[in-house]
Amino acid sequence: MIKFFLMVNKQGQTRLSRYYEHVEINKRTVLEAEVIKNCLSRSKDECSFVEYKDFKLVYRQYAALFIVVGIDQTENEMAVYELIHNFVEVLDKYFSRVVSETLNLLQNIFSLSKLGGSVISENKSKEKNI
Amino acid sequence: MKECMVRLIYCEMLGYESSFGYIHAIKLAQQGNLLEKRVGYLAVSLFLHENHELLLLLVNTVVKDLQSTNLVEVCMALTVVSQIFPREMIPAVLPLIEDKLQHSKEIIRRKAVQALYKFYLIAPNQVQHIHDKFRKALCDRDAGVMAASLHIYLQMIKENSSGYKDLTGSFVTILKQVVGGKLSADFNYHSVPAPWLQIQLLRILGLLGKDDPRTSELMYDVLDESLRRAEINHNITYAILFECVQTIYTIHPKSELLEKAAKCIGKFVLSPKINLKYLGLKALTYVIQQDPNLALQHQMTIIECLDHPDPIIKRETLELLYRITNGQNVIVIVQKMLDYLKESQEEYAIISLVGKIAELAEKYAPNNEWFIQTMNAVFSVGGDVVHSDIPNNFLRLLAEGFDDEKEDHQLRVYAVQSYLALLEEEDKLYPQKFLQVMSWVLGEYFSLVTDVDPEVILTKLHSLLKKSFVTSETKAWIMAAATKIASHTSCSKTVDEIIQELSSSLDTCLRQYAFELKHLCEDKALMKTLLPFDASCSDLVVDASLSFLDGFVAEGLAHGAAPYKPHHQRQEEKLSQEKALNFEPYGLSFASSVSSSGVTGRQSPTGLSFGSDISGNSAETGHKETNTLKLEGVRKLWGKEGYLPKKENKTGKENEPQPVPCGSLLAGQVGEAPALQPEQGASLSEEDKEKQQLASTLFIGLGSSAGVSLMGKADTATQKFKRKSKITETQQLSEEASDFQNSAASNFDPLLDTIPVNVEDSEGSMHTGLRKGSPSSSDTVEDNLAFETPQSLRKSVLDDRISANRLSQSSLFADNNIEIFQPSSSAQCESASETPLVPSLPEELEELPHSKVVGLCQSDALALHLCKVWTDESLLLIVFVSNKTTAALHAVNLVFEETEHFQILESATSHFPVIEAQSVEHCQKCVRMNKVCTQAVLPASVGYQSEMETCLEFSVTLSLMDFIRPMEMTTEDFGKLWLSLSNDVKQNIKMSPCQDSLSAALDTLQQKLKLHRVDVIGNEGILACQLLPCVPCLLHCRTHSGMLALWFRSPCAALPDGLLYQCQKVMEES
Repeated sequence: MIKFFLMVNKQGQTRLSRYYEHVEINKRTVLEAEVIKNCLSRSKDECSFVEYKDFKLVYRQYAALFIVVGIDQTENEMAVYELIHNFVEVLDKYFSRVVSETLNLLQNIFSLSKLGGSVISENKSKEKNI
Repeated sequence: MKECMVRLIYCEMLGYESSFGYIHAIKLAQQGNLLEKRVGYLAVSLFLHENHELLLLLVNTVVKDLQSTNLVEVCMALTVVSQIFPREMIPAVLPLIEDKLQHSKEIIRRKAVQALYKFYLIAPNQVQHIHDKFRKALCDRDAGVMAASLHIYLQMIKENSSGYKDLTGSFVTILKQVVGGKLSADFNYHSVPAPWLQIQLLRILGLLGKDDPRTSELMYDVLDESLRRAEINHNITYAILFECVQTIYTIHPKSELLEKAAKCIGKFVLSPKINLKYLGLKALTYVIQQDPNLALQHQMTIIECLDHPDPIIKRETLELLYRITNGQNVIVIVQKMLDYLKESQEEYAIISLVGKIAELAEKYAPNNEWFIQTMNAVFSVGGDVVHSDIPNNFLRLLAEGFDDEKEDHQLRVYAVQSYLALLEEEDKLYPQKFLQVMSWVLGEYFSLVTDVDPEVILTKLHSLLKKSFVTSETKAWIMAAATKIASHTSCSKTVDEIIQELSSSLDTCLRQYAFELKHLCEDKALMKTLLPFDASCSDLVVDASLSFLDGFVAEGLAHGAAPYKPHHQRQEEKLSQEKALNFEPYGLSFASSVSSSGVTGRQSPTGLSFGSDISGNSAETGHKETNTLKLEGVRKLWGKEGYLPKKENKTGKENEPQPVPCGSLLAGQVGEAPALQPEQGASLSEEDKEKQQLASTLFIGLGSSAGVSLMGKADTATQKFKRKSKITETQQLSEEASDFQNSAASNFDPLLDTIPVNVEDSEGSMHTGLRKGSPSSSDTVEDNLAFETPQSLRKSVLDDRISANRLSQSSLFADNNIEIFQPSSSAQCESASETPLVPSLPEELEELPHSKVVGLCQSDALALHLCKVWTDESLLLIVFVSNKTTAALHAVNLVFEETEHFQILESATSHFPVIEAQSVEHCQKCVRMNKVCTQAVLPASVGYQSEMETCLEFSVTLSLMDFIRPMEMTTEDFGKLWLSLSNDVKQNIKMSPCQDSLSAALDTLQQKLKLHRVDVIGNEGILACQLLPCVPCLLHCRTHSGMLALWFRSPCAALPDGLLYQCQKVMEES
């Protein structure tokens, strides 16, 4: 099961987050900070799957943007790894330049409001129609 | 507004609380135009959580939108429902969503299925009746709808795989079509057809085919096909392959497929891509138990991975090694794990790793020195984050010892010595738990080491007591040790010093210890009897009722002291005193406010009989009501048994369990009161004892596993021996084999040279593995079958019994016993084997309602049969162990594993030293349900020694109904209890025409579910039952126009759900 989905820039700021299990807001920030620290500290030739507490993180880097997904032990890491890419492809289709270095605030809000509903349903069912 | 909402979402995402805007999100969803509505719904689904109170406000909007003619609105409503919805409001939208399953647009159908999936996750019993519709969804012409329904099936099959075996064919066909590219190209991802769908299907197949050769048979082809198709080099195909491999190793094995899967794993592991390597290691870890051979093939890669710079890879490798540890390689593996542990920073990783090391060390320790040293390392590195059962287990192991006296002695001596050496280093900081372990061991076994003066140990303990980093809990342990040591020495200066220092300590607990020590020192003889050497294993009886204080209490009463009242009684009295101040109208208004809160909370059904009873009554009942309400809170704090548990908990630390006897303790110490003093002293050494006992009751399952591992340890030598002899049988290899063993034990490096030998060797072990594996798996299948068929039979017999008067039952059903029970069980025995042994229940149990005796499993030598006995207090499992051979069996050990659902009272193991040839022994186990579930499996195993050590695994299926008993009560009690319970579940069930009267329905429930019928008033009836030991569940039924409205209430949240499910089942059956 997917627990959360994060998009983070290289400075460690959260650009987009979505939780599939309820987490309190103050705990979210703590969790995000730790998760980001964990992922940013890893070099490129290290494995994209990180064990963190009782769940796993799968991350993927697109230029300056990190996408981190928290999953539980039952999930197939590689499938999630590809799911991230799938997600990015979907974004690419909706917006011309998602993986730009300046995902500014406005665009972000836009993407969130626009995508929130549909991405999530797609995401949840893990099936995709591009 | 829309813009504001979007900004609010962003704020929340950045971590700023914006709860002030939640209500506006709901409003927006309610009133806005289409686009605004969409943002509103989105915001709601992001802001709120399942139990948020505002969520109820959304229900109406959702219902409205579901009925809308605008497709987009319906879609949005369904989307939000599939993300977040209040559990208790499901019935309000369920029919609407069910309708949507027939909608002409596939996106609506898909979303409806998703919404139902959500419902299934949060309240499975509510969607019980629409399983047929799920099947329809699975066969939907649109692939998206079908894919969505797979999620529901995966979940359902996870919970109960046996119920869906008939669908295997459909899943296989679907997978075949997907793999064959029959889906539209929309579903392709990098030219791989619907990869996530494939993964989902493979998972389902794995669950279905587990331990089931017939079902597995169906899927071999398609698995082969998937493996073949997924040969393109792309990440996503690797993911599919990984899932394939897992499935292949989960289902009943087929050698061709295993071979291919193994090749796949090899490809993964050897890949230069790090992610693939990780995946390969993970797969290897998964399959390693079935096929250790594979690990040997890849051992060099594994070794490389062990020194990999990436800690994640390292950790995964350790996990793999952990699975293949045995008596010969344990030293190396544990060393590697300790190395990793020392580098590791993350707390969570440390905890899990420490646990594993401790487990391995206990299981496979080759010698005492190593064991103690490893544990020392574990304690000092793991520090205080280690799970508390690790030190507890360790101490237990030391205290209980093994079979060999001499070995025990050595172990203890070595432990004491090593701790003394560790304490030599003055300024070193040790974790608290380690210090506690040290002090206990020193206190208990110091006298085993003859060349060290106890005085020296005392000085060390003394210096520890002075350290500031030592917490007061640890100090208490140290004091206990000091007391024990003091009892064996003549007057010592250090003891006096300790007493002097701590007598003025600010910590009352320590001061207490010091005083005790002081008084004990004055009477050496008493001290010796109190603290005998090495008595930690002998059972001490703790007088939990504190009866020795009775005399004092009586005296106190005689002198006019007020009798002691339990806490809740005091509370009640306080309340009633307050009540005396109140005026009548006040009480009344309170009563009405209570009932109104009840209404808002749970919407009482129209004309609830007893409810009106209460409100109709005078103010006095109103008061009573307030009392019961308050009491509810109290009861939660205190537990059912009232005051007792508190006493027991307290004896450990503070020796004054209640205010009244407090004085008496001191008085007893100063004065004579010899009857009191031994008890007091005993509680001292009991402190450790009690902690252990507490631990052993708390972690009884773990304790039993420790017992197993102990056995395992004792047996390693014999096992080694046997293995060797087997290899000598295969001839000429013996030399090389021992060569291999040596090399494996010493290091990994020379393994390269001996690879051919390894293969041989492991082949031998694989054979035994297979041999062991196959009979047990077929047994379980048989077992399942055996369980299924008699169930209905058993049930009907049971119903008869319950409806019949208990007293006359034995005479009435004497025939039944012969006709139904005996022949079938013997028939089963005959069919299963030629054993003439037919177990029968002991006479005293024969009287009680019980199931028939069913076979559990058997081997060449043993047959196990089971009988459930439903006593009033508990469920008894009677396990018959029959020896089928002509020789006596020795050391037969029956172990039940504790699961999250069940708890085994007393001990989970039974040991029969000898079972004579051709005879039957039995043991009984009292089981309790800890976590409510409709049905769950209690795994167990039996080990015995004939020619060699053998272990049979089996499992017992227990259902909720095994633990339900009728609960007798009056209508009035029912009314009171009803109001005090908080968890409720409501459901309407259709009644079949043959039983449309209320009484008929109640009869069914009473007979089949063992409910007690409390009262029937008009078209309403009330029933009560309890989940053992004493969790009540109340049921209120009402009939109207062919429907039966059931309303459950219970203090336990899961119980009503479970019972509702059972009710639905029996109503459907009848």
